[in-house]
Amino acid sequence: MSTATKTITRMLVLLVPLVAAWLLWSGIYKPLLLGLGLFSCLLTIYIKYRMEYFETEVFALGFGRRLISYWLWLAKEVVKSSLDVARIVLSPSLPISPEVVKLKASCEHPVDQAILANSITLTPGTLALDVYNGEISVHALTKAGADELRKGEMDRRVLALRKN
Amino acid sequence: MTMLFDILSWVLLTAGGAFVFIGGLGALRMPNLYTRMHAASLTDTIAAVLIIGGIMLQAGLTLATIKLAAILLFLLLTSPTASNALASAAILSGLQPEEGNVEPRERQE
Repeated sequence: MSTATKTITRMLVLLVPLVAAWLLWSGIYKPLLLGLGLFSCLLTIYIKYRMEYFETEVFALGFGRRLISYWLWLAKEVVKSSLDVARIVLSPSLPISPEVVKLKASCEHPVDQAILANSITLTPGTLALDVYNGEISVHALTKAGADELRKGEMDRRVLALRKN
Repeated sequence: MTMLFDILSWVLLTAGGAFVFIGGLGALRMPNLYTRMHAASLTDTIAAVLIIGGIMLQAGLTLATIKLAAILLFLLLTSPTASNALASAAILSGLQPEEGNVEPRERQE
């Protein structure tokens, strides 16, 4: 299969669920809304094309059991660090010790690196500033949060998502 | 049974509201943009989960619950991206994250 055919196939593979989602969720089949839906779907495809999304596999990561168990672990981390940040905000002395940490992402696939960076940002108290060449710079609210990241548990768990 | 769901839903909504308040308070108290973003991220993670969870219990097993679940999923996938865009914009405009403890007003003078 040539590159162009591959790109078009991947675009269609993405377009079908997008159109299905629009039709199912709006439930209103007036020409205006259908037109807007088609426009949104095609705009999404165009933006993804500009992001060079179609040059790698579309469904890079299966929504398998591993991802669900990763989400459960992430949810636990989010709750834990939310309580930490809430305690810091509510304490009168505001005990923060901001720090910038450079982390090496063990995973190589861009989607995995995006998952790792987004997980870091999603956890209150740590914020991914930049991802470049597999290195993530993270702004941590406290030194304890920065040390927690240096242990690299999240990095290991994201790497394990792709192991078969 | 309905009573139980109502109580649970009110607990979730109240806790979510409390986290929104703490997030807002933190955004006011923190010294600079990056630390403010940490406080504000309470609102779009745990507070969003608690509040949407509470509304889902009110909606029961209907299409609305499925839509709310989808909203929650998309919110959790996109809000870190928005935070990254904000942080990148701050870095590009020259606000160094290393100047962590400097008061923003002092910096401008």
